[in-house]
Amino acid sequence: MEELSAKELRDKIAARQISSLEATEAVFKRIDKLEPVIGAYISTYHDLALEKAADVDRRIAAGQSVGQLAGVPVALKDNMCTTFGATTCASRILENFHAPYNATVVEKLLAADAVIVGKANMDEFAMGSSTENSGLKQTINPWDASRVPGGSSGGSCAAVAGRLCFAALGSDTGGSIRQPASFCGVVGLKPTYGCVSRYGLVAYGSSLDQIGPITQTVTDSALMMNVIAGHDPADSTSVDENISPVFDYLEKLYEPLDKLTIAIVPQFAAGADRQVQKAITEAIDVYKKLGAEIIEVNMPHLDYAIAAYYLIATAEASSNLARYDGVHYGHRSEKAEDYIEVYSKSRAEAFGKEVKRRIMLGTYALSSGYYDAYYLKALKVRNLIRADFTGVFEKCDCIMMPVSPTTAFKIGEKVDDPLTMYLSDIYTIAANLAGIPGISVPCGFDDNNLPIGLQILAPAFGEDKLLRIARMFENQTDWHKRKAPDIS
Amino acid sequence: MAKKIDQNQVIKVAKLSRLDLTEDEVQEFTGQLSAILDYVEKMNELDTAGVEPLAHCLPVSNVLREDSAKESLGTEKVLANAPQRDDEFFKVPKILDDGSGA
Repeated sequence: MEELSAKELRDKIAARQISSLEATEAVFKRIDKLEPVIGAYISTYHDLALEKAADVDRRIAAGQSVGQLAGVPVALKDNMCTTFGATTCASRILENFHAPYNATVVEKLLAADAVIVGKANMDEFAMGSSTENSGLKQTINPWDASRVPGGSSGGSCAAVAGRLCFAALGSDTGGSIRQPASFCGVVGLKPTYGCVSRYGLVAYGSSLDQIGPITQTVTDSALMMNVIAGHDPADSTSVDENISPVFDYLEKLYEPLDKLTIAIVPQFAAGADRQVQKAITEAIDVYKKLGAEIIEVNMPHLDYAIAAYYLIATAEASSNLARYDGVHYGHRSEKAEDYIEVYSKSRAEAFGKEVKRRIMLGTYALSSGYYDAYYLKALKVRNLIRADFTGVFEKCDCIMMPVSPTTAFKIGEKVDDPLTMYLSDIYTIAANLAGIPGISVPCGFDDNNLPIGLQILAPAFGEDKLLRIARMFENQTDWHKRKAPDIS
Repeated sequence: MAKKIDQNQVIKVAKLSRLDLTEDEVQEFTGQLSAILDYVEKMNELDTAGVEPLAHCLPVSNVLREDSAKESLGTEKVLANAPQRDDEFFKVPKILDDGSGA
């Protein structure tokens, strides 16, 4: 049963060939066995999950209508607010925080009758590329226990790759869905900014953050999008149907694509490891054989994406994280003697190093005397990057490039060198700055048997086409069928 | 080459950030933030004269709705996570001097 995709499982549950209870119990059996090694979850909800599963089974048996994910065990990244359990963001500062409301995506999953099995580990406040910045625990890569799962949605991706759930949600601010999906050999979609409600997603970089699905297949990604996409009056940056038509992404998946033009950016992609480049070239050859036209383009401003991103994201973070003040919720220092110390000691005691570093960088970039040189300059560069994309999308349907310059690196390899860690985000960051959707699909393995991801980028609100393009590849290849071994 | 940011500036930014950093952290961040700021200098290779800053990518602005009252969370839910409370209030150390000169 664990070999089934989310959609296959859903269909079998609906046909009463498998019960949701059986599927959920099987997932918890795997969690009991593998979670001590993988460390994907911050919290799991055994009783709650079984209760939901039994309810779905009962309603199906009674012939009642059920939601699109009826009975399917799923996981959430622990930066999405839930009224059950804690919402920690993998931070000591929120270790005991119990949200007073559910995030919109959580409400939508529950309304679709998904079974939420747990909340997954992540880099603290989604700041990182390896999940090593979690303040609560370590997650390993299910393909190799000595390596990172990527980040920041490392727990969600490790949970899907380790089959500790059938699908998961992550969030992507600079690659935090696509990069760990690539490292873990699963499918990760970052939708267009504004496509999925951020209400109840703990904010990191508000103009960049976007929630998206992490799944075993492209079809599952479309299924999850059917559930989570759409306008939400509670999030003024979620767009309405005039701008972002709500599709049945699953149905759209089967529409044929007759003419496909793919852009590649050879100069930019040349920075990736040789084995990554080879896998990407072979993936593009698959499209060529299907009749796609490949054009080479130049995007001169992509080289500046990391610089602009790490100023914009940290500036937004420094403002967003000002709310952790030791007063309203979260950790409060016992050593504080006056109200300033309530802030400064509570924050110093409970934030991890990377969070402090980014708050500092962002505060500096926004501070008097440096604002124009850093923050404002970065926003102008952001405009140039978006213009690069706009120009290229006039000539093609999508752009293809690596997700990450390397496969999963060793635990501890980059953790003491923040700049080197930042530079590994080179291929994913531009999509967040431009607000466009991007997907990572498995496209090969390196000599160490570590997964490689192909990144496909599409114009804003083009998720339907992006998913179709990704599925074309999946139909021709077996990479997504390779499963991580059960490591113990 | 001079460091982009020195220890005194790091201490000043830490104060603005309300982060009570240790001496070790100040030293570590001075080096790391300098390296990052050196790297972002790269942006100066680009002529951005006449380029508008782009704060967000949405084709929308000024989202409006009816100004109608809706149910809010309620006092108990709001205070449920408070580290310290006093009845219906968040409790914090004294903010105003009591005038005793102590």
